[in-house]
Amino acid sequence: MTVAHDLQPEEKKQAIVVPGPFDIERIRADFPTLHEKVHGDKTVVYLDNAATSQKPRIVIDTLNHYYTHDNSNVHRGVHSLSQRATFAYERARGKVKNFLGAESEKEIIFTRGTTEAINIVAQSYGRTFLREGDEILISEMEHHANIVPWQMVRNQTGAKLRVIPMNDRGELLMEDFYKLLTKRTKIVSFVHVSNALGTINPAKEIIDAAHGVGAVVLVDGAQAVPHTRVDVRELDADFYTFSAHKVLGPTGIGALYGKRDLLERTPPWQGGGDMIDRVTFEETTYNDLPHKFEAGTPHIAGAIGLGAAIDYMHRIGFENVEQQEANLLLYGTERLSEIEGLRIYGTAADKAGVLSFNVDGIHPHDLGSIMDMEGIATRVGHHCAQPVMQHFGIPATCRASLAFYNNTEDMDLFVQALYKAIRMLK
Amino acid sequence: MTPSIIEAQKEIVEEFAFFDDWEQRFEHIIELGKSHMDISDDHKSEKYRVRGCQSTVWLYPEFKEGRIHFHATSDAMIVRGLIALLMKVYSGRTPAEIASTPPAFVDELGLNDHLTQGRANGLASMIEQIKLYAVAYGQLEKSHAGNGKEQNA
Repeated sequence: MTVAHDLQPEEKKQAIVVPGPFDIERIRADFPTLHEKVHGDKTVVYLDNAATSQKPRIVIDTLNHYYTHDNSNVHRGVHSLSQRATFAYERARGKVKNFLGAESEKEIIFTRGTTEAINIVAQSYGRTFLREGDEILISEMEHHANIVPWQMVRNQTGAKLRVIPMNDRGELLMEDFYKLLTKRTKIVSFVHVSNALGTINPAKEIIDAAHGVGAVVLVDGAQAVPHTRVDVRELDADFYTFSAHKVLGPTGIGALYGKRDLLERTPPWQGGGDMIDRVTFEETTYNDLPHKFEAGTPHIAGAIGLGAAIDYMHRIGFENVEQQEANLLLYGTERLSEIEGLRIYGTAADKAGVLSFNVDGIHPHDLGSIMDMEGIATRVGHHCAQPVMQHFGIPATCRASLAFYNNTEDMDLFVQALYKAIRMLK
Repeated sequence: MTPSIIEAQKEIVEEFAFFDDWEQRFEHIIELGKSHMDISDDHKSEKYRVRGCQSTVWLYPEFKEGRIHFHATSDAMIVRGLIALLMKVYSGRTPAEIASTPPAFVDELGLNDHLTQGRANGLASMIEQIKLYAVAYGQLEKSHAGNGKEQNA
């Protein structure tokens, strides 16, 4: 593997990718934050990857390079800097296209993230095509970002919101899904990988069945793309979305994939600059895809940074990412299972690197606080998925979420801190 | 004679000065939480829930003979320990004393620096709620001046 951080962005483009063995220490050296100290002398153990990932040096350098050398507005200027910025921005779109396996750049819309992308689909496609009595189908394990936008469009259109239930392992009840799926179902929107439980949902099966009744399918891929290769054409997803910051990229940028014919038929959501063709006070005609959905100056640096993050992911290779995370998940699950009174939430057969748990008689906030004193970064709370917490009758869980740059030492330090917290709190 | 709010805060700061590091301080806060008296389930209601806390906190006041007695608890142990400290400082005081004395011990102990942002905000919310009750009872006292009535929230 080439070492990304000692190459300049321009040189890097020509770097020959030599696949090598998975060298975890060299990879960790690419992530400055993994070496930060907290509470004095404790090196941070970062296990909050489902909230946001850390950034490799190359992403930070790319942002820096853009603002230092290429900064300008896109799609507008005749001057050199604007052309450079436009070229870099549109090249990033091409990288996202390849990353998701889309057919064309026209199908890739840059958004602020997954949340905005779902709102765009709900407010543009949903609001335009949903009628009273139509049904939107989501699941019990959705993030609030895939619940609230649909409640809003339900209230605007008179459509109904239906929910696919899950079992206590955190797996969708597929028999119920098939029962809920009817001719009235117009939109199915579900999470590919659950942020609170780690469940990997059978996306292809859900999409094919939904298409069988003529429904359009949106997949929330925020927790999927950091861990597994996604191919939207293989899945046959109508819309697919993710956030850059969960997959090594900057915050404030993400992408929405939409099948071209769907996007063509869908009116824009926001109006403004860049999304227009011709404006008079009487009438405005809209720009072509994808610009029709990108009103105003976009997050240019963010998109370019996302492009660098995608390049980095490709260099690591998803087979390595999946293997490392699966090993860590197995190891972490075994270590946690040894702890008396500890319950893991989310034990689906097909599961990504999330360890959500509680310990009998101890509030997860207390666990999280004590572990933080030891430098362990976990997330405590409802993980923006309150219905999941309601399913299990708990207010919150403590969650350790993994990335490929975590190692077994991270898991050992985490479990050691957890034992200490339990000892202090019992 | 019970110590004043200022004296109670001074006592806490001295108590904590005894510990070498934050682990010991946390342990002490947890011990305070464990021995802190729970409140009745009747009072664990939405009416008494303090907003702005990550864990659930209930706080209710009882006004007796010109003094506010606070009763509070949380489902999280560290927060219960912090509540025990707040009770020691503010419970059983006159509205005027509560309203006019800032929680200097929070800064002196460096609590805000060592609590997560959410915790620190929660602590601030509890103090805010205590102060609001003090102002409310202070006004109630003025409007009822002289009739000697006891009031509960």
